Amino acid sequence: MTATHADYRLSQLDELEAESIHIFREVAAEFEKPVLMFSGGKDSIVMMRLAEKAFYPAKIPFPVLQVDTGYDFPEVLETRDHWVDRLGVRLIVASVEEAIKDGTVVDDGKTSRNRLQIGTLLHALEEGGFTAAFGGGRRDEEKARAKERVYSHRDEFGQWDPKMQRPELWSLYNGRLHEGEHMRIFPISNWTELDVWDYIGRENIEIPNIYFSHQRRVFQRDGMLLSESEHNPTKQGETVEEKTVRFRTVGDLTLTGCVESTASTIPEIIEEIAIARVTERGATRGDDRFSEAAMEDRKKEGYF
Amino acid sequence: MDLLRFATAGSVDDGKSTLIGRLLLDSKSIFEDQLEAVESTSKSRGYDYTDLALLTDGLRSEREQGITIDVAYRYFATPARKFIIADTPGHVQYTRNMVTGASTADLGLVLVDARQGLTEQSRRHAVILSLLRVPHLVLAVNKMDLVDYDESIYNKIHEEFTAFATKLSIPDLEIIPISALKGDNVVNRSEHMDWYKGPSLMHHLEHVHVASDRDLVDARFPVQYVIRPKSDAHHDYRGYGGMVAGGVLKPGDDVLVLPSGMTSKIAGIDLHEKEITEAYPPMSVTVRLEDDVDVSRGDMICRPANAPKPSQDIDAMICWMTTEPLKPRQKLAIKHTTRVGRALVKDIQYRLDVNTLHRDQETKEIGVNEIARVQLRTTVPLLCDPYSKNRTTGSFILIDEATGVTVGAGMINSGN
Repeated sequence: MTATHADYRLSQLDELEAESIHIFREVAAEFEKPVLMFSGGKDSIVMMRLAEKAFYPAKIPFPVLQVDTGYDFPEVLETRDHWVDRLGVRLIVASVEEAIKDGTVVDDGKTSRNRLQIGTLLHALEEGGFTAAFGGGRRDEEKARAKERVYSHRDEFGQWDPKMQRPELWSLYNGRLHEGEHMRIFPISNWTELDVWDYIGRENIEIPNIYFSHQRRVFQRDGMLLSESEHNPTKQGETVEEKTVRFRTVGDLTLTGCVESTASTIPEIIEEIAIARVTERGATRGDDRFSEAAMEDRKKEGYF
Repeated sequence: MDLLRFATAGSVDDGKSTLIGRLLLDSKSIFEDQLEAVESTSKSRGYDYTDLALLTDGLRSEREQGITIDVAYRYFATPARKFIIADTPGHVQYTRNMVTGASTADLGLVLVDARQGLTEQSRRHAVILSLLRVPHLVLAVNKMDLVDYDESIYNKIHEEFTAFATKLSIPDLEIIPISALKGDNVVNRSEHMDWYKGPSLMHHLEHVHVASDRDLVDARFPVQYVIRPKSDAHHDYRGYGGMVAGGVLKPGDDVLVLPSGMTSKIAGIDLHEKEITEAYPPMSVTVRLEDDVDVSRGDMICRPANAPKPSQDIDAMICWMTTEPLKPRQKLAIKHTTRVGRALVKDIQYRLDVNTLHRDQETKEIGVNEIARVQLRTTVPLLCDPYSKNRTTGSFILIDEATGVTVGAGMINSGN
């Protein structure tokens, strides 16, 4: 970051960074037990970097929580561990597999792992007694998210009520809670996909290598390119072929599609996104395709 | 590249969604999958046009009712600037939502329908933007295509609005004739209105000068978080994290810490891993002081000769945001910068009619979406400035202690 500007204006990236850091500090100061939801994807990595900066040279004063679907990309879990080691934060893993085993959530064979994350996450938040959970959601991702506050109130059931949102004025956030309630906090609400990539480039930070182009064995399903995996057996008529691809989002590998791409550096990715005609979720997220309000409905249930 | 935050206003029929849709479309910020979804929904509803409002109405209940319930934030960028739009609904709960959107806006965009001219609604929106001290205002005279791009119609609205604006505090006003539907003067200059010599809306948004809008004179640093690593490498490190709310801070500056009144000097300013030579709004930095004075969250670092006056008796304008009315003697929680306390409503001086600017001194109960001038007594002294001077140290929120909900937005006139 350039410290001094002749006209005392911050660049947009610096202004967004300043706003996010303000939010991190505010939550750390006002909430008893915050936790950062960390998937190892690009947005949550940017969040980790921002949290690192907010409290530097002290350590990040809260743990991080990953909801492991059991179907995560190994490359992503590896990056997760690097970040946790480097920053010396405590990692809590909430496993969907274990939640299924102990009956916290029910795997009926039809519900996606992504959806089973909801119950697993809520259970982990309750068990840890967390009163604030940071998430890397951005308002540009999806139309229901565009309505979400930076401080998003959740009731005792972890539910979001879009009609009862608190007005958010200036930078004065209201973190009042009743027993059993918690707040979801979205410090990078105002960032766009391009901002996230610009920031990753500027800060030169480590992200999982599946974001860069690589050879992968994939097959077509519902207009998406999915990875060949034991968790995702091909159906009749689906043929596996090797392609040069990369991912725009990371998540449950049975639902997260990749795109054909040769972008192998951050500038190449930025160039590709700048001219992309399809949103990152529209291109690659099977979970948003169930209905027009898929995201809203999941969020009402407690999805992050 | 810098960032411009703007809030839109205007009733639904003034073409706000169409305009936002066009700004997003023409800046290539709408993606094919989003457009396809909107097209197919429009078709399934039997519309013979693509309803761009469906792009912005993100909630199930909004789409069901065909109205915008809540503020939404949208993003687009041009090669010159990045923009955040606070898309505030024109319908129900207008004041509360407009106050929310305008609280962070650099610019307010009010739409009027050229056929209707100025309405009560347009005046009301201008009043609220002025009350919230949004430094730049654009009045977009829309639907010029429906009045044959008639210059005299534009001139009449121009004249009327300019006269009205003199009663308000609007430092910068631009009035632009447009057609959001046809694209006249939105991104490109219109071929139909060669009589108009001003900029297109997009050109104005890209170039409006906002650098001087923040107070760079009065140093204000509300302490947000004390950073004490207590690690071997940083054993004696003690820094105060916060966002600069006013002025320019430099190492070596003499400072005064409020409310304790202790003085010291700035030993250094850290921006994360780096030491920097100056900090100004809205930077989030960490300030270190030369002396080991007692400083904690809620304190304010400023200059000895230029400090806000700590006060517990606050005179303020407030916008009431909940259906349960505000009454004298009511007690509420208050959050001002990084301080929290309780506030007692000592007096409701008047209710401001945002349509006529009439001050109604009879009413002693303030309803939802109403604006009033009140006197508060607070449990903790607020380290405040008039809102007209500083939007950060001059603003506060009121919280209902029973429900935890934000019920009021306040703008300080003065503290005593």
